[in-house]
Amino acid sequence: MMTNKNRSGNDATVSLPASTRLAIELRDITKRFGHVIANSDVNLRVESGSIHGIVGENGAGKSTLMNILFGLYKPDSGMILLNDKPVEVNSPEKSIALGIGMVHQHFMLVPTFTVLENVMLGNEGSMLLKSGEESVLNRLKSLSKNYGLDVDFEALISDIPVGMQQRVEILKALNRGAKVLILDEPTGVLTPQETIGLFDILRSLKEQGVTIVLITHKLKEIMSITDTVSVMRGGKVVADFATRKTSPEELAENMVGRKVLLSIKKPASKIGKSILEVKNVSHQSKDGVNVLKDISFNLKEGEILGIAGVAGNGQSELLDILSGIETLQKGQMTINDKTISSHQEWNSKKAREFGIAHVPEDRHKRGLVLPFHNYENSILGYHRNDEYSSGFLMDKRKILNFVNELIQNFDVRPRSPLINSGKLSGGNQQKLVLAREIESNPKILLVGQPTRGVDIGAIERIYEDLMKLKSNGTAILLVSVELDEIMSLSDRIIVMNQGTIVGETNSSDATELDIGKMMSGLEQV
Amino acid sequence: MSDSNIIPKWLSVGVIPLLNLLLAFCVSGLFIFFIGENPFKAISVMIKGAFYYPGAIGYTLYYTTNFIFTGLAVALAFHARLFNIGGEGQAYIGGLGVGLTCLIFDQYLAGFLVTILAILGSVIFGAVWGIIPGYLQAKRGSHIVITTIMFNFIAAALMVYLLVNVIIEPGQMSPETRDFASGVGLVQIHMLAKYLGLNMAMSPLNLSFGIALIVSVGFWFLVWRTKFGYEVRSLGHSETAAIYAGIKVSYTIIIVMAISGGLAGLVAINELLGVHNKLLLGFTAGYGFTGIAVALMGRNHPFGIFLASLLFGALYQGGTELDFEFSSITREMVLLIQGLIILFSGALAYMLNPLVENIYIKYYGNYNNA
Repeated sequence: MMTNKNRSGNDATVSLPASTRLAIELRDITKRFGHVIANSDVNLRVESGSIHGIVGENGAGKSTLMNILFGLYKPDSGMILLNDKPVEVNSPEKSIALGIGMVHQHFMLVPTFTVLENVMLGNEGSMLLKSGEESVLNRLKSLSKNYGLDVDFEALISDIPVGMQQRVEILKALNRGAKVLILDEPTGVLTPQETIGLFDILRSLKEQGVTIVLITHKLKEIMSITDTVSVMRGGKVVADFATRKTSPEELAENMVGRKVLLSIKKPASKIGKSILEVKNVSHQSKDGVNVLKDISFNLKEGEILGIAGVAGNGQSELLDILSGIETLQKGQMTINDKTISSHQEWNSKKAREFGIAHVPEDRHKRGLVLPFHNYENSILGYHRNDEYSSGFLMDKRKILNFVNELIQNFDVRPRSPLINSGKLSGGNQQKLVLAREIESNPKILLVGQPTRGVDIGAIERIYEDLMKLKSNGTAILLVSVELDEIMSLSDRIIVMNQGTIVGETNSSDATELDIGKMMSGLEQV
Repeated sequence: MSDSNIIPKWLSVGVIPLLNLLLAFCVSGLFIFFIGENPFKAISVMIKGAFYYPGAIGYTLYYTTNFIFTGLAVALAFHARLFNIGGEGQAYIGGLGVGLTCLIFDQYLAGFLVTILAILGSVIFGAVWGIIPGYLQAKRGSHIVITTIMFNFIAAALMVYLLVNVIIEPGQMSPETRDFASGVGLVQIHMLAKYLGLNMAMSPLNLSFGIALIVSVGFWFLVWRTKFGYEVRSLGHSETAAIYAGIKVSYTIIIVMAISGGLAGLVAINELLGVHNKLLLGFTAGYGFTGIAVALMGRNHPFGIFLASLLFGALYQGGTELDFEFSSITREMVLLIQGLIILFSGALAYMLNPLVENIYIKYYGNYNNA
């Protein structure tokens, strides 16, 4: 069995009881990219028919290791054994043939194809599609029944929710005969309900003898579903645990290499006067869907107002309207005693002039221009300010001074103003965006999904920064699909469902269950 | 354009373009060999024709000037991720600006004043021809590639009509305007040299070349040092991020297309004010289209565009010489060579990247993908 001791990484000969069958064994895998050692003497054992978790921060080498197993990279040294037989996996085709399936973090699906067509892709059978379609359909039906994978085979990928798209990916792997399933950050895009659904599927796959490797950075998930877990840090496996014998704190400590506070200390801050009042705001999307219906709420200085809800219930649109990305179609907003109505000019530039800063939900698409250098991104949206320019020219020296201070104060790594922001890890990108928005001294900070795709070390830091801002009297509107996050950060929580506010509660009185019920629209408070 | 993250800049910007060029020359050499000429002799004639014979450099730089203008025009639009195929038409209409200004004012105003007005005219007319597709893209969503291609045809038709029916010099057959008044125009460099007591071979190289160099520096400044350039690049890399940053997308697109059209329009000052001294049919001769290859090869940077322009200038001039010296190498053969260069360094610009990457990783293995 997996032992509970930390190990140095070199002991490939931990003895196992004879009864245990290993589905995967990696021995002394090393992979270098030039001077960078992505994996160093990694040993990994995954028991057949178990769920094995791999945790580690971004850049710890998890993805490299799985890409080696899936045949995308060739290791410099080391051995791969499947079912105790040494194998050479030199391409994804080979790995699929060996019964390894991978569900990538970003799905590999053709949006304009149906589910069936996507599953068939690369596996069409004969020249004419008809016969292949029938046999695949039959196989899919039995697979989906056996494993509880509920999917509409005739639906277009673009029409089905993300959770179902993920089931299609799993079906794709199973259809090819996968006995080992690797899932890379599978819950990153899922709602809490979808996550629960996924875990049910994984458990039933396990019961049918499928071996599952789960890569994630969410410790709660590791604790709830895995049998065994390996922690990676700096390209090495630093610890193996049997899940029931460990704790999130212990895992986090091993991931980061120091003690981490998983709970947040909420500073006692004075909640002041109301600074943002939203009244009867409605919004229609380009396709004519009413995404927001008659939204009204207020936000006070020094307060964190959390907006809970399953993704896609109007939270994103609300953020877009408040931040000026979308126009205000109907209703009015009063910001610091100045009122904006639907017929008035409203855009991102204006919003910034009103003291509204925005950490957008999607930092890749919105918050950063990825090919830009850090110093250029450090002024995105504020590039018109006199601090960084004289007349129509940009003052590069002033910008560099500013960004150096910024990355120092907010611990953005690597501390280089001249590196492309696209090359930073998710956590450091988020710190850069947050730093930029906080440095603008906002009266109101809108934050969308502050910790999506962000590692633990950075999460701790981001929470601290938000709390510091709150105690300085800034009003913060927090949108997140992570209910834990909303509950532990917010003073007050409103819950959205299908474009309306279905409930409001103080975070101290609320339980996860209550809010969950409101989120699903079952209960109005 | 996305550069590979794997190989260092000196390889992707320096070595790979040179390899592409070499490949184009090798294939061209094969063709020359097949028609029974010695490719090495042809190359030497070409190089001498472009740089060595009396006046050769002047001719080369004269062509270079046109390519700098159209290359910059394409490159600026590219920084906003707009594919401006309309350089040809914008240059042509820029010529109309020069022609009309000169024909209207040259009887009343001093020569140098008319020249300055004509330069402005070329920019403004070219800009208008860029603004219309820009507006249609920004406000109506008509794809800029389609509209700029269409505007090339409209420009050509319009110019034929005007030159045949309206502004043709009365009493003659060729579709040209009358000569501009003496004193109007940009001084040719060999004349300038003569004033200074230097002896230079005759060539059409004129002050436009200096203007092109100044504009190149201005281009760099605009794109990398001004707020507007920052907004343009933001928009080009990520429209969503640009909107988030409060950048007005439509406005930026229209302005970029105006400047782009204006840059292309400047071809007219080199051709009409510098050489022909009148407005005539078809003076753009494909410079607008070649500008796309120049921008691509020059990686949308003014220095790269200068080098690429120089290369194409040398090809044009050396090609003329080739045509002249070998009876079996015709003008079409020269076009073939130019086509091959455009093919290898434009359309197939990234063909060699995987190969170079693999070799680089094998021997230097210095990339970071942890």
